[in-house]
Amino acid sequence: MTTVGSGSEVSTGHGWFYRTFRSAPARARWGRIDVKASPYLYVAPFFILFAVVGLFPLLYTGYLALHYWDILPTSPQQGDFVGTQNFLTELGQPKFWIALRNTFSIFLLSSVPQIMAATFIAAVLNANLRAKTFWRMSVLLPYVVAPVAVSLIFGKMFADRYGFFNAILEGIGLSPIAWHVEPLASHIAIASMVNFRWTGYNTLILLAAMQAINKDLYEAAIIDGAGRWRQFRSVTLPMIRPTMIFVIITSTIGGLQIFDEAVMFDSSRAGSSGGASGQFLTMTMYLRDLGWSGSVRNGFGRASAVAWMLFLLILVIGAINFLLTRTIASAGPKITREQRRTSRAAAKQAKQKVLRQQQSFRRNQLKGRDKQDASEGGQR
Amino acid sequence: MTSIPVIAQTVSNQAARSEQRRRGSGRRPGWLTYTILTIILLISIYPLYYTFLLASSDQITIAQNPIPSLIPGPNFTDNVGKVFSNENVNLPLALRNSIIISVVTSVSVVFFATLAGYAFSKLRFRGRRGLLIFIIATMAVPTQLGIVPLFIIATKFGWQGELIAVIVPGLVTAFGVFWMTQYLDAALPMELIEAARVDGCSMIRTFWAVALPAARPAATMLALFTFIGSWTNYLWPSIVLGSQNPTLPIAVQLIQTSLSKDYSLIMTGVLLTTVPLILLFFVAGRQLVSGIMQGAVKG
Repeated sequence: MTTVGSGSEVSTGHGWFYRTFRSAPARARWGRIDVKASPYLYVAPFFILFAVVGLFPLLYTGYLALHYWDILPTSPQQGDFVGTQNFLTELGQPKFWIALRNTFSIFLLSSVPQIMAATFIAAVLNANLRAKTFWRMSVLLPYVVAPVAVSLIFGKMFADRYGFFNAILEGIGLSPIAWHVEPLASHIAIASMVNFRWTGYNTLILLAAMQAINKDLYEAAIIDGAGRWRQFRSVTLPMIRPTMIFVIITSTIGGLQIFDEAVMFDSSRAGSSGGASGQFLTMTMYLRDLGWSGSVRNGFGRASAVAWMLFLLILVIGAINFLLTRTIASAGPKITREQRRTSRAAAKQAKQKVLRQQQSFRRNQLKGRDKQDASEGGQR
Repeated sequence: MTSIPVIAQTVSNQAARSEQRRRGSGRRPGWLTYTILTIILLISIYPLYYTFLLASSDQITIAQNPIPSLIPGPNFTDNVGKVFSNENVNLPLALRNSIIISVVTSVSVVFFATLAGYAFSKLRFRGRRGLLIFIIATMAVPTQLGIVPLFIIATKFGWQGELIAVIVPGLVTAFGVFWMTQYLDAALPMELIEAARVDGCSMIRTFWAVALPAARPAATMLALFTFIGSWTNYLWPSIVLGSQNPTLPIAVQLIQTSLSKDYSLIMTGVLLTTVPLILLFFVAGRQLVSGIMQGAVKG
């Protein structure tokens, strides 16, 4: 950019610095470069960083998954191409399937009740309350507690002996539950930690969606004789559906990667073992164990294969969720594809009709004016 | 409001009343609503209060009373002293590390996200739409799954055990860029930017003097969420930092392993790592609530 030193254009006796940066044409040129280049400079930091810490690791994980790789390059096999071997090895591991089962179980136990509770609480909060902000803050409080801290707190409350919940169970005459031993019980305990931390957050998202609903819809529903439940089912639920999809997708992405809560739930030993028989070992815990426990040969290669399978799983479940939520919670009587097609066609016709009317209206307006005005109107 | 008399004539009284309630005027909700909300409030608070009860107690009392008495015990300050001076946990270092990481990432995310958000919402350039869609798509990519290569990179750079290994991946987020784009698109009038340009501001000066001040409300919220996210992040720091140079979540894990079953001390440690964010919540909880609710409507 500093090549403009010929001096033929300006002969003011100033040095090259003036000519390159300060003179009027130079400033105009720099101004143009500024306008053209600045937007790219501003968005560049994100893309550079994402390329290095997001995209590259993801692709490189795919590369590692097809190779023999250890954390320390001690084996002569380090870097050998092994094809789909790592994937096949993992698919043959009982632990892999246990981790998959646990992850699914915890995911379902955390996301389904959580979203139902969040919708319910949001509906309760969506009223003309006194001290609105106070109640909203009260549901959000658990969000600021770190998952690892939540895990220790709930781990103690769910303790098999001298635990808070078992004491209550015994108090009302039931037998205590081995929360850390029984697979399902441990999943419930871990899911309750996730629910504790995230229900309030999702409640506020759904509450915002409920408040954005046009009040005329409720008015119309009331005129049609709808009660409170019917209003909720036929107006509120369909109207918050896009937000619902958003909440479900984000909780899928997060839920299938669950790690913190489960890893700290095991109070018996350090490291992520997920219980004596892996009863609450999750996929991400399994991935970390493979890569960093130090005892697994070809750990990074196999961990990468697990990472890729988990990634694909998240994509698939996300897509299924998306399709499911599009069909459930739809209003009133089911609309068949045929009906939808005809109504869409009708809407299209109506739209074209309106457009045609607008065009003819504009043409009529323009007729009265002279040519110049008309061409300006056309440009608009 | 003119429609209310009409409705009152056509439908029953009860329906008209509930319609008024929906509009946010007139009748307040009844005691049932407040009872439900109070129960939810108690569920939110009790685990934290339970932590404090155990932290102020001692080992024997805890073993004897699985359901602690609602009155705190006398040992809280003693326990705090014991946990703070425990060398295996190294709480002061963890606190320092967490503060450094959270502050640096928050400032950086806000700056770079505002810069990119400004470009996406207010500047015209080739590929703008495509790039923005790409950013939104990356929000769905679970970057946590790239930890194996990330670890290899960090080791190559000699960053293992160094805070920079945790800071760099969090310097700017797709969520942040998307968030600021949405906000500036609605909140910053084009006229202001044009005025600054006419007055001879360079592009970066325009950003600094016009866009950055206008972005302040959204920037505050973004900073809060980034701060909380960094503060509570566990998986990646635990892998790359280890116990020698811990952050607070790693310290929580060290508390669990090194304080061997003395739950009064474990819960004291848990409480100490949690208190800073609870204080932040009392100061800025209002912003957090409105941040989540605004993001929801636009997203």
